[in-house]
Amino acid sequence: MKKTIAGTEIDVNEEGYLTDASQWNEAIGTAIATEESIGALTDAHMKVVRYLREQQAKGASLTIRSMGKSGVVTTKELYDLFPGGPLKKSSKIAGIPKPVGCI
Amino acid sequence: MSTPDDKQPVKKMSIIVSKGSLDGIYPALIMANGARMEGIEASLFFTFFGLNALANKTLDHLKVSTVGNAALNMAMPMLGLPMTLPFPTVMGAIPGVSAFATHLMNKEMEKLDIPPVREFLELISDSGGKIFACKLAMDMFKLKKEDLMDRVDDVLTVGQFYEESAGAGTHILFT
Repeated sequence: MKKTIAGTEIDVNEEGYLTDASQWNEAIGTAIATEESIGALTDAHMKVVRYLREQQAKGASLTIRSMGKSGVVTTKELYDLFPGGPLKKSSKIAGIPKPVGCI
Repeated sequence: MSTPDDKQPVKKMSIIVSKGSLDGIYPALIMANGARMEGIEASLFFTFFGLNALANKTLDHLKVSTVGNAALNMAMPMLGLPMTLPFPTVMGAIPGVSAFATHLMNKEMEKLDIPPVREFLELISDSGGKIFACKLAMDMFKLKKEDLMDRVDDVLTVGQFYEESAGAGTHILFT
């Protein structure tokens, strides 16, 4: 389905995840962060978002464990930055698909 | 998944862990970690043999139960054999078999990014999950808090654990 966010029309699934990561830009990420009650995106948020996008582009499967070991963010920081669903919310903001793993 | 208005979301999982085998511990750890990832609070209460998962002397050496485990088949310890072939309990009793099955299973779990028990407990603790030990079981096994890994939040009585689990939307799960 189509959705207009931050003045841009993007394709999203029924849960609001972008279906085409290439349509993403920082303004879209910021707007999704507001929708998800994360608030303003800081440098720390953006570091995670950029890392997620890089990993997604490489085809890596993302887990909470791999995030904690990434050197980009600790597990604690990730939970503090994206309360209420660290991997789900950060992925949504980063414009990548919802993580499918259980870990 | 979206939550329809008529469904109350799970707010908290309180998981009681009474088994100390690898296959008894992991489901609880996975469910607790999975809860935190969904923004659901999680508490783990280790009692009876579950304390093996917290005691520093045992927690890095937990084994798959290969004896008296009727559901264990030849495919499950990753032997590449069919699931229909049972794993004879007599075979499971041979020294080293449980260790070998455990080794194979650990390897398979590592591939799926499932951490070893100690790291998993640290992960759950870092994610805001709480780890408790049962006082009665501690007394029974003559264990002290300093015998347990450093992420254990507290040693609780049953009553304290129920108090800790208070609130609408809490689910208590016994494994």
